[in-house]
Amino acid sequence: MELLSNLALGFQTAVSPLNLLYCLVGTLIGTLIGVLPGIGPVQTIAILLPTTFGLPPVSALIMLAGIYYGAQYGGSTTSILVNVPGEASSVVTCLDGHQMARQGRAGAALTIAALGSFFAGSFATLILAVLAVPLSELAFKFGPPEYFSLMVFGLIGSIVLASGSLIKAVGMIILGLLLGMIGTDVTSGAQRFVFGISELADGIGFVSLAMGLFGICDIVNSLEKREKRDILKGRLTGLWLSRGELKESAPAVLRGTLCGSLLGILPGGGAILASFTAYMLEKKISPQPDSFGKGNIRGVAAPESANNAAAQTSFVPLLTLGIPPNVVLAMMAGAMMIHGIQPGPRVISSNPALFWGVIASMWVGNAILVLLNLPLVGVWVRLLSVPYRLLYPAILLFCCIGLYSVNNNTFDISLTALCGLLGYVFYKLECEPAPLILGFILGPMMEENLRRGMLHSRGDPSVFFTRPLSLAFLLMAAAMLVIVALPAIRRGREKAFQEE
Amino acid sequence: MRIHRLKDFYTGLLFLFFGASAMALATGYQIGNAAKMGPGYFPFALGALLAALGIILLIRSLREAKEPKERPSFQVKPLALVLSSVVLFGLVLRPLGLLGSTVLLVLLSSMGSHEFRMKEALWNAAVLVLIVFVVFVCFLEFQVPFWPLFLARRT
Repeated sequence: MELLSNLALGFQTAVSPLNLLYCLVGTLIGTLIGVLPGIGPVQTIAILLPTTFGLPPVSALIMLAGIYYGAQYGGSTTSILVNVPGEASSVVTCLDGHQMARQGRAGAALTIAALGSFFAGSFATLILAVLAVPLSELAFKFGPPEYFSLMVFGLIGSIVLASGSLIKAVGMIILGLLLGMIGTDVTSGAQRFVFGISELADGIGFVSLAMGLFGICDIVNSLEKREKRDILKGRLTGLWLSRGELKESAPAVLRGTLCGSLLGILPGGGAILASFTAYMLEKKISPQPDSFGKGNIRGVAAPESANNAAAQTSFVPLLTLGIPPNVVLAMMAGAMMIHGIQPGPRVISSNPALFWGVIASMWVGNAILVLLNLPLVGVWVRLLSVPYRLLYPAILLFCCIGLYSVNNNTFDISLTALCGLLGYVFYKLECEPAPLILGFILGPMMEENLRRGMLHSRGDPSVFFTRPLSLAFLLMAAAMLVIVALPAIRRGREKAFQEE
Repeated sequence: MRIHRLKDFYTGLLFLFFGASAMALATGYQIGNAAKMGPGYFPFALGALLAALGIILLIRSLREAKEPKERPSFQVKPLALVLSSVVLFGLVLRPLGLLGSTVLLVLLSSMGSHEFRMKEALWNAAVLVLIVFVVFVCFLEFQVPFWPLFLARRT
């Protein structure tokens, strides 16, 4: 079995002492920021990215991946105990999880969230391992037109996730694509949109853009809202599940896992969408839909499994096709490029130890999370009592230090402040920044493939519609646009986002 | 003519501005043709698309809105303090070292909170300086000196 030998290679890499250490560090940091509302995996990866420069790429990626799925674990803890989602993907967990905590079943809720996540994580890791080879082989058959159409598909997919106006989301994508054009044009060497600023010759730093739009903008918004948190003071008793609870939640875990694995692979999908969908599904097929929102354990089990499964399967498109399906994975793509690895189908063949090592480390990391998290719940809760007014200067400080160490220049820091201002304006105008980031990442690749495709076809754009795979991607993208634009679905989408 | 949807209106203006400037700048680069695209081709097309979306939004903003007119509200204080603390950090990082820039960033940004207390912010700054020293100076060997220039010269 090739799969087994590949996985063996992966585990060999993943359990080396250094990588094990970084896996542990990554998952711990992930849980920590998952617990803290107002700071998510995107900002954290942006902050920690510079500190990974000295590491071997495998260790760096293992740590960064750990942050992403670790955050899914941590986010549920805050949702259940404090009724504040630590992570956007744990929003629905609040509904039933916090009700369970109020009924004195916080222990059971935390346990099922952790066990469900672990099961989902293991399953998704397996899916990733099984799908990776065939998908990357398929990707080798892609020419420039296929890549271009696939990216269109991926970008349109990101609209599904953005709340609010369709036109605004498309506009944000285009703006992102344009921002990606800044710097030296690869093909002709011409400098575009640099305004004579030498620091811009290499383009806008990805870290600056992401940190400004997400990190700094979030801080300013939280300061305006003057949020207050109330922490559940009750003690945690009994982490064990009763036999009945286990029996009731097991099928929900399974459904959540399947739902999440599927949605994670699709472009625009990811942990947030998966947890919402899994919850809706659970509510729909339940014999007593009324019991949801009142402490139904299935309402915790399904979305928590789904978000973790999706967090992991969303690595599939990145590692096999080179297309990041959501913002966090776009950050991972940025991280890979900084480490000199071009995400795409070539990773498996040119860097097998890295590829399989990262996959195996996900399973290892999930095991670490279950073992560590339940005993550490008390510590995480105490962390929440650190007031935000002390926390956010620290976040800002680490952002700034991280930014400086990317290129050792202070220009990036000012640029980030500018991006923060831009992000603030977007927030006030209800424009989602996520499609912009995806556009920014994909922009240069998209232009290159468009140019190459058109060069081969001698300027005939029909090449995108006559090649079957390319046509399929474009049709799927069109279908997705139509679906999002349909009034009935639009209302449903607005409703789902309002529940946040 | 009355503008009913202010957020759409401003977004439209923003898109139109970015789109039109992208088009204007792209004409300065070689455009080429569809078979042999120059560096200006793709940005020009994107700019045109963005400007068109902006115009659609502008037209839409004139339409009667169901919800009452909503003005985007914003507070200047947190925004100004947080952003300026970041810019200031970049400016003073080299002359004042990690120590000085950390303290300035923490104090200035803390003032953005409505619960600001000087004493608490000073303590916070002290703790963070310690963390920065241990993590970034001792462990990660950060490129910038810890002490301000004027102190480092004397010793």
